[in-house]
Amino acid sequence: MSGEGVGAPLPRKEDDRLMRGRGQYVGDIRLAGMQDVAFVRSPLAHARIRAIHVPDAYRDRVFTAADLDGVQPIRAVSGLPDFKVSEQPILATGKVRQVGELVAMCLAPTRAEAEDIAASVILDLEELPAVHDMLAARETGAALVHEHWGDNVYLESLVDIDIAAALDAPIKVTRTISTGRQCMAPIEGRGTVVHLDHRADQLVVHTASQMPHIVRNGLSECLRIEQGRIRIVSPDVGGGFGYKAILLAEDVALCWLALRCGHPVRWLEDRREHLTANANCREHHYRITAYAERDGRLRGIDCEATVDSGAYSAYPFSACLEGAQVASILPGPYDFPSYRCRTWSVATNKCPILPYRGVARTGVCFALELVLDAVAREAGLTPEAVRERNLVRPEQMPFENITRKHFDSGDYPQALARALSAIDVAAVRARQRAGEPDGRRIGFGLSIYCEQAAHGTSVYAGWGIPMVPGHEQASARLTPDGGLELRIGAHSHGQGLETTLAQVAHEILGVPVSRTRLVHGDTAMTPYSTGSWGSRVMVMAGGAVATACEALRDRAVRIGAHLLQAKPEECRFEGGHVVGPTGDVPLSTIARTWYLRPQDLAADTDAGGLEVTAGYKPVRDSGTFSYAAHAVVVAVDSDLGAVEILDYVIVEDGGTLVNPLVVDGQIQGGLAQGIGTALFEEMTFDGRGQPLASTLADYLLPGPAEVPMARIDHMATPSPYTRFGQKGIGEGGAIAPPAAIANAINDALAPLGAELLHSPVTPRRIVEAVLAAGSVASSDREAA
Amino acid sequence: MKPAPFAWERPASLPALLDRLAEAGGSVKLIAGGQSLGPMLNLRLVEPGLVLDITGVPELREARVEDGTLVLGACVTHADIEDGRVPDTTGGALQRVASAIAYRPVRNRGTVGGSLAHADPAADWVSALTALDAEVEIAGRGRRRRMAVAAFVTGALETALRPGEMLVALRIPPMPTGAAWGYVKHCAKIGEFAHAIAAVRLEPEAGRGRVVIGAVEGPPVLVADARPLFGGRIGPDCAGRFLLSVAHTILREAGLTDPVVRHVHVTVLARAIAQAVPLPAPRVVPEAA
Repeated sequence: MSGEGVGAPLPRKEDDRLMRGRGQYVGDIRLAGMQDVAFVRSPLAHARIRAIHVPDAYRDRVFTAADLDGVQPIRAVSGLPDFKVSEQPILATGKVRQVGELVAMCLAPTRAEAEDIAASVILDLEELPAVHDMLAARETGAALVHEHWGDNVYLESLVDIDIAAALDAPIKVTRTISTGRQCMAPIEGRGTVVHLDHRADQLVVHTASQMPHIVRNGLSECLRIEQGRIRIVSPDVGGGFGYKAILLAEDVALCWLALRCGHPVRWLEDRREHLTANANCREHHYRITAYAERDGRLRGIDCEATVDSGAYSAYPFSACLEGAQVASILPGPYDFPSYRCRTWSVATNKCPILPYRGVARTGVCFALELVLDAVAREAGLTPEAVRERNLVRPEQMPFENITRKHFDSGDYPQALARALSAIDVAAVRARQRAGEPDGRRIGFGLSIYCEQAAHGTSVYAGWGIPMVPGHEQASARLTPDGGLELRIGAHSHGQGLETTLAQVAHEILGVPVSRTRLVHGDTAMTPYSTGSWGSRVMVMAGGAVATACEALRDRAVRIGAHLLQAKPEECRFEGGHVVGPTGDVPLSTIARTWYLRPQDLAADTDAGGLEVTAGYKPVRDSGTFSYAAHAVVVAVDSDLGAVEILDYVIVEDGGTLVNPLVVDGQIQGGLAQGIGTALFEEMTFDGRGQPLASTLADYLLPGPAEVPMARIDHMATPSPYTRFGQKGIGEGGAIAPPAAIANAINDALAPLGAELLHSPVTPRRIVEAVLAAGSVASSDREAA
Repeated sequence: MKPAPFAWERPASLPALLDRLAEAGGSVKLIAGGQSLGPMLNLRLVEPGLVLDITGVPELREARVEDGTLVLGACVTHADIEDGRVPDTTGGALQRVASAIAYRPVRNRGTVGGSLAHADPAADWVSALTALDAEVEIAGRGRRRRMAVAAFVTGALETALRPGEMLVALRIPPMPTGAAWGYVKHCAKIGEFAHAIAAVRLEPEAGRGRVVIGAVEGPPVLVADARPLFGGRIGPDCAGRFLLSVAHTILREAGLTDPVVRHVHVTVLARAIAQAVPLPAPRVVPEAA
């Protein structure tokens, strides 16, 4: 058509406002009479609350659990057998179970004054032993986060597929591998503004959310208010990554407060709250053994995995999604006959673990890909040889893997081959052998993953969490002047949906992308959706928009045929026109006729008109499997532990790319976060469960100097199950980098006998490992 | 993250400022660029009753050369030095240090006096000015005194300032003829707080050397006579004679018990020395195995 449809690399429409600072975020909302909230938060990880002392002057400005009459705790229950339920109080009752837990809510005309009030509230706490180590938490005699459980385990799971058959393999490699606790760190934190709309009889909640409809479900449950009386508006959102897919106790508290006070109230999360009290993710521990033949062929993988799930089960994903997923996705893109994985989702006195871009995949990819490199070293093979022998082959597609994941399509070995060629392994090895003038060590690393995306009803019904995606719906409406409005219940906050869904619509209707508007982020204006998560929106909302536009097109053809005095079956739709035997009529004329000149319509015209809501599910809902091979070259300064990424290649297959520019942006953004996981980001805790990073001076994020531009190559094998063959790609960029980079560092340090098995691989850890390996560091030789 | 309430004043002259500083009851904090104090206020790590903004005093923003000594007013910014808006008597050493402090927005506002008075061990000026043998000029109501930077910084976030006193200027001697300057810092990422700093001023012809190891837990470790680090003699070939073991001993005596931390500091020191007096040819590490 006009080069704006599926596959066109259009710049994002939304960037015009976002890059000019004209986005409208929760923090930009100003309402008359609005007051600010600051929370009194627990300074201790685990304590009994003896008393909360509120100065008399502030009695009517400070609210505690005792005030929250009838408000229910947040319950995110999984239907998996033996899952133990936690109840997350909106304001703490009896005990506090994590640093930063909400204890009291303080209201004032400004945030600064609210913080003054918060500072005057005195907590009388009896400190209890903090459960801060997930492995120790599993042992008998550990302090209990939720006493009535009798232990600290939300859920234990076991998958055993004939591991006994692998035990006699000639190569057996065991490693203890772990990923540090992280924070998601979108530029915009959480924020909520609540006011009462008396005309609509609604509580209007402006909140930075990836899933406004799910927030409404959760708020309705906690507040015991019917859903029709709650409207969620999610305006521009400055990065979600999973953190904004969570119902926070703060949201519930603000709603209660607005109902109580009658005037608008606001809470804007600050960075300290964000880091220490809320946005935690990623903390996994693996004891993993690989069994292999001498040629590198895997015989089996045996793993014990523990996930530090924190103090409460977060709504709606629950405390077990991450841990239980580990067992089902650890095998990655590989084909091997035996497998065992036992997992524990453990409660600790830390923030609830939340799903972060890639969710459990980043952890399992790190564990599996590091152990594959260890197999390569043990067997005297190259890392690429071990992977070549074990990847699922294209002729096996579609392939059901050992945990019964259905890989829809692709050529995994080709992705690896292209990555090896692009990075030029031979040249990298030659450079490595030659040595660097500055003494740094060159390392080469690989990592490959496949990602189940846009998985639907059958998968989520199995988890039994409060949110199960069904059909995704979209509305399409032609305006009288021939423009197009699309409505979706998912949310766009970096994905570029305002552009890419307009491209999808253009593919069907030919309406210019500039004339198509996306309405989203408002429960009052959009169809129900579970929202934007799980790399699902381009598959699901893309499919729904296409379906709605097709229905709209068919109606337009019937109207157009009448205007052309032809039969509908004699007409076709082409380039935004209905074309008949004797002429054609543009969509804009059809729209004008429907709305403004109904006297020109046929008597039996479809009364539904030019507005359609349609639902969509892929042919199978077991998910699309996008995948990628990442290859990286690093230079490691083994004396200081500094790592420089010299080259980074990504060969990915996202199926049909609706907008290659947007896909590249998603991958590059994911890479930035993956580099953070690999090298910088870590929330550490002391023995009392105190988080040790409360500002971005302590919690290091990669910056422009640390994130090189990746060289990206696309394969684009269409998924057989989705509308255009598109696959979900939103998360993949963040999955593979930690493993690839750690493998590269280990490759560089292998001659020194050092191996790093914990992310982030910080300078300190590198120097420690090098010194522990007993190697003669170069600075010692300098002295000689 | 909003500060507790405080009063704010911006005196227009040094005597007025020193009067307020002497008279004010309760806790007083001086603010210039606010690059350290700002976050500390917001985090409520400090809750002063009065914040005195010293940027309204013209003489604190001045820079001049007096008999070869560079005098920088306390409110001269890192960017002023980076951009060459103030004179230089150090052969570019100051400019190099300034241009690598944190990030440009910090350098635009942060001041040399503020950085020194804050005395964060990881701050560049604390180490660099100690190595350059600079002095601070201190004023209180009706009194002035000078002291070496090395004596001024007494600990982490601690200085020799007495109540009612403030740092008004830095006095930086010219780089000695024939002196070689080396400055290396190690950060987890560009612009972040340093984990190790080494500043060296070596005079191979005169056989003298001054070495500072900074970003330690307390004040920087000053080796005013660096000859023991080179087997007792400083010459053009001294980079090749740098004795790691002596550096380790000095650091151990300074209280650095962690061998990993020491290794990093000694490495950074070796590199600063190599930067000041380069070895003849670049060295290539052969593969070990």
